[in-house]
Amino acid sequence: MSILKPLPHDAAALHVSGSAQYTDDIPTPDNTLHLVFGLSEIAHGRIVKTDLTDVKSASGVSCVLMAKDIPGKNDISPSPFPEPLLSDGTLNYIGQPIFICAATSHLLARRAAKLAKIEYKKKKAIITIEEAIKAKSLLEKPVVYNKGDPENTILNSEFNLNGTINIGGQEHFYLEGQAALAIPHDDGDITIHCSTQHPTEAQHKVADALKKPMNAVRVQVRRMGGGFGGKESQSNALAVACAIMANQTGKPCKMRYDRDDDMIVTGKRHDFRIDYNVGFNGKGKITGIEFKQFVRCGWSADLSLAIADRAMLHSDNAYFLSDAKITSYRLLTNTQSATAFRGFGGPQGMIGIEQVINHISQYLGKDSLTVREQNFYNNPSKRKNEVQTTPYHMQVKDSIIKPLVKQLKSSSNYTKRRLEIENWNNKNKFLKKGLALTPVKFGISFTLTHLNQAGALVHVYQDGSIRINHGGTEMGQGLFQKVAQVAAQEFSQPIENIKITATDTGKVPNTSATAASSGTDLNGMAVKVACEKIKLRLKSFLGKTYKLKATEIEFLNGSIYCKGKEYSFKSIIKQAYENRISLSATGFYATPEIKWDRLKGKGNPFYYFAYGAAVTEVIIDTLTGENRILRVDICHDAGKSINPAIDIGQIQGGYVQGAGWLTTEELIWNEEGKLMTHAPSTYKIPACSDRPRIFHTNLFHYEGNKKQTIYRSKAVGEPPLMLGISALMALNDAIASVGDWDRYALLDTPATPEKILFEIQKQIRGI
Amino acid sequence: MQKITFILNGEEVSLEVLSSTTTLLDWLREEKKLTGTKEGCNEGDCGACTVLVTDLKKGRTEHKALNACILFLPQLDGKAVRTIEGLASKTSDLRIQEEMISNHSSQCGFCTPGIVVSLLTAQLNKDKNYDDILAGNLCRCTGYTPIIDAAIAAEKTAKMPVWVKADNNKLKKISTNKKSKQSKLFLPQTIKDLEKWCTKNPEGILVGGATDVGLWVTKKLMDLKQICFIGQISEMSQIKTANQSLNIGACTTIETLRNNIKTSHPEFSELLRRYGSTQVRNAATIGGNIANGSPIGDSSPALIALGATISLNLKGKHRTIPIEEFFIKYGIQNKQKGEFIESINMPRKEGNFRCYKISKRFDQDISAICGCFNITIKKDTIINARIAFGGMAEIPKRAIAVENFLMGSSWSDETISKACLEFENDFNPISDMRASSQYRNLVAKNLLKKYFIELSKTEKNTNVLRVKI
Ligand SMILES: Cc1cc2nc3c(=O)[nH]c(=O)nc-3n(C[C@H](O)[C@H](O)[C@@H](O)COP(=O)(O)OP(=O)(O)OC[C@H]3O[C@@H](n4cnc5c(N)ncnc54)[C@H](O)[C@@H]3O)c2cc1C
Ligand code: FES
Ligand code: FES
Repeated sequence: MSILKPLPHDAAALHVSGSAQYTDDIPTPDNTLHLVFGLSEIAHGRIVKTDLTDVKSASGVSCVLMAKDIPGKNDISPSPFPEPLLSDGTLNYIGQPIFICAATSHLLARRAAKLAKIEYKKKKAIITIEEAIKAKSLLEKPVVYNKGDPENTILNSEFNLNGTINIGGQEHFYLEGQAALAIPHDDGDITIHCSTQHPTEAQHKVADALKKPMNAVRVQVRRMGGGFGGKESQSNALAVACAIMANQTGKPCKMRYDRDDDMIVTGKRHDFRIDYNVGFNGKGKITGIEFKQFVRCGWSADLSLAIADRAMLHSDNAYFLSDAKITSYRLLTNTQSATAFRGFGGPQGMIGIEQVINHISQYLGKDSLTVREQNFYNNPSKRKNEVQTTPYHMQVKDSIIKPLVKQLKSSSNYTKRRLEIENWNNKNKFLKKGLALTPVKFGISFTLTHLNQAGALVHVYQDGSIRINHGGTEMGQGLFQKVAQVAAQEFSQPIENIKITATDTGKVPNTSATAASSGTDLNGMAVKVACEKIKLRLKSFLGKTYKLKATEIEFLNGSIYCKGKEYSFKSIIKQAYENRISLSATGFYATPEIKWDRLKGKGNPFYYFAYGAAVTEVIIDTLTGENRILRVDICHDAGKSINPAIDIGQIQGGYVQGAGWLTTEELIWNEEGKLMTHAPSTYKIPACSDRPRIFHTNLFHYEGNKKQTIYRSKAVGEPPLMLGISALMALNDAIASVGDWDRYALLDTPATPEKILFEIQKQIRGI
Repeated sequence: MQKITFILNGEEVSLEVLSSTTTLLDWLREEKKLTGTKEGCNEGDCGACTVLVTDLKKGRTEHKALNACILFLPQLDGKAVRTIEGLASKTSDLRIQEEMISNHSSQCGFCTPGIVVSLLTAQLNKDKNYDDILAGNLCRCTGYTPIIDAAIAAEKTAKMPVWVKADNNKLKKISTNKKSKQSKLFLPQTIKDLEKWCTKNPEGILVGGATDVGLWVTKKLMDLKQICFIGQISEMSQIKTANQSLNIGACTTIETLRNNIKTSHPEFSELLRRYGSTQVRNAATIGGNIANGSPIGDSSPALIALGATISLNLKGKHRTIPIEEFFIKYGIQNKQKGEFIESINMPRKEGNFRCYKISKRFDQDISAICGCFNITIKKDTIINARIAFGGMAEIPKRAIAVENFLMGSSWSDETISKACLEFENDFNPISDMRASSQYRNLVAKNLLKKYFIELSKTEKNTNVLRVKI
């Protein structure tokens, strides 16, 4: 009764009235200290001398800590590679924390930290991908995936093209900056409220830093004001800083980054350079392909290995590549440690192949959609079709990309509009329109297989009200509501009877990050398992008491039916309680069937794939490079959607975020390695008027996920971001029309007006 | 002691301000524990901190959405503030809140209070241009479509909140409060008051809308002493017509100016539409925008091309100079210590004036290049040319070489092509995070071409923002 319903976000009423509490809104005791980091001003080198006298004596300051003052480990890394919270003397990027300053107010702490006098010895810094390649600055050995014999098939193919695309990073720009609050307890334990996607990791890192067992640390998060991957590992620093300062001073400690600090300190989406070499035939069918992916990881490992893996795993996108080789170079640079961001490397991998298709289409003078159609994965549900494999040898058994694109092509009037645009472009000299349809096939599961697990805790109280808790965190994606819908469905109760509670390491332990789009898949299942346990106990109790078979007891329409007779849920629960039946249960779920070898690139890293496609129409000004998205049509696969409204919200928001990444959102570092775009004044995420004016968003309707996911739904957090790639390809299409299709338009990203204008210049000048 | 009085969510607040640069946002969140108003950037760019400020001006009520993060408490003196907490006692009382819930307009919810305040302010002002209303409210989650859907759905049945009238009455009451001598010192009421203050504090800082000074405090962490808020000087907030010109008081906000010149100066007004956001334009003053001498300010190149002059006042002595003479070098203006800009004069009609703001994002972005053109043609001959650029030099600057080349030439394709070569003699722009020097050079030329095309009316479509979808 509760799934498939477009229920609003669980906290919508709190959002609109301003009463939803975020970490920085939690009332704090009067003696709370406010922390800021003192940051490195050089990109690479050593600290020669630190003079913090002025910081310590500044107004309001009560304590300053450095690396040596940390009782336990100075480490906030989410991976086996160490990453210090505070510099141990070496400095690896501009913005690296060196000390923590605690003062009676946020403003006073910020003012004081600026008074540090630090002498540095600079070393040569590696900032760009090119510099890192030259210096062979690698995080690990290059990783190679191989299938078939790409070298030979390319050599023997009818046509051959090669090229390079440079893909810029992306700042998360979650509206709520990073924040944490630590409250010390009388027994030395500590509670941390933290805006984090990964409470367990924060707990683990705090425990290590304090030299305490994990059971002395409790981390809670009710909601975040956006995460997008930026609070998966980047939130550790604040949690640990607050914990050690609280431990030192015995006072509650709060830290929130000022926006500029947030952008300077924290990691972003990885920049990539992708080189390609492709063989294909006259129809545009790819016969062999080689990719080299150069990944700018920044100064530490963070989650980069898994991200670089996922980029490799998505270098095919929705296209069957019979012979493929992908080589990935993971580069260390003296910049922020690049981190998780919605899509986790997948988007960059996909852009590589989409650029290839774009290149082939322009070379052959064909509409890029016909080239795409030549290469899509088979639809294996059609009997005659063979099951094809990915470059990592996994069988693609669930491809619906062909029927999905067919549906979108017709609903968006693609063919007719293609002609209209040609006409329009012929009539207009300075403005040109462009159109592109791009697909998405996104692998669902953490590629670090052991993370695919989740726990839940469900209580039914004696009055029949239900309270659920699970390891997933709420960052706006509507996870809490979707999981509550699962509980409501299982007990056949109205959604109002389900209480959603803050994620809490004291309730459900050892959780994975809410990431990899897995939130509902994992936690929904875990809650379902817990509900089923309680239901089973109720059924067995009722069966014994009233001599009923299990099949004669039904949870239906808000009530419980015993052999067709209706009892209120409340009354049965009361009875069960009085008969000493346990009404609380934990649930646990681990995704089945996944297993692979990440270094060889072989196996099944994913449980299933989520699909989608988008058509974007753009217009460009050939004199200035200014551009606009005019219309977007999307068809997306959410399986059997648990909540279509929330899913559509993810799709539209994801599209806009993806399109923003590829157009206006430009990160610029200067030669010294200083991030120059460290505030919204210079870093431009889409504003209201950038939204597509016409925005048709549909879910693909079919029988749902082939795999036994929660109610046959599919994950929907990340995949839609990659629908935004159609905006980039539409811009390429518009530019190509300037040169009458004899030159290639191959935009690097983000495609700012400047890049667009220079690409147009190439068309005009014929270079 | 510096005392101010204002109304917060219906309650009169009288404050002795210890630090004149405490922002409304910090005060709300830290002192009043009103945490519904959020901080997303602390520099006026995200709108998470939007509040509604109501002012009584000559008996007329003005409702403005403003960014609390760069609004100093003294700027609120005599005004009424409504935060998200003060809009409704339950969400069902406010259509926009109801519609935002049912249209799924919030995801993480962090931008939402600011958006609700912006939309409600627009409703009070009967404004429905949602792109402009929300240009300064960033949302990272939704992609905006469901927010606009909610706004449109709420239009029809929206009711005036009950407190609007009550606030008005309270405002009337506090507006009759006599200003003490002391408070006049930092909140001057007349030009005379200001002259006195400037004479006494020649090194002092004037605050117009604080959309620049605000950031000195929130970002550069400066501790400002000797500061004076000039927003209450009504003599300096007026737009008057005199002979052939429009006299604009320096404290006129960008938004007021934009609305006033929609018919007389449609192109300039459209440029101002793209200045910051509604919240920023509601605060920023034309005087402040000129006075800071920024090479990327938008009004200066436009005013230069329009042939505007500015009137400066030093201890009561006036002088008037062409605006381009105000800008000497980066950070250096033709202004004595203790001198202030009193007003700006510009022609009553804009004629052939056109301006082009080029930025990475259309709304709420700083210009990479702002090109302003004003050419008079008589019988196919150019008889007058004023061209000025922002973003091409260390100050807003005229393209004298190009102008000279054009003057007296025929209005033709060929002239324009040749004139483009002259840009090199005028400008040698820098590369920065907004654009490279090559791009700036190329676009400057292309804008002249665009101007030619638009004036010659040879093409129907020349502006991606004006193409019908
Ligand atoms: C989010 C945001 C977006 C922005 N977008 C734009 C934009 O699109 N285009 C643009 O051009 N600018 C933009 N700005 C910049 C800003 O609005 C102006 O530069 C600003 O100075 C406008 O005036 P103000 O009244 O707010 O100035 P204030 O901050 O009050 O003052 C600025 C300077 O001028 C001095 N001053 C003020 N009034 C006078 C006077 N009458 N006489 C002498 N000196 C005076 C002050 O002492 C100070 O030095 C933006 C700013 C923000 C925060
Ligand atoms: S906090 Fe972003 S505009 Fe005020
Ligand atoms: S809902 Fe998250 S920023 Fe708008």
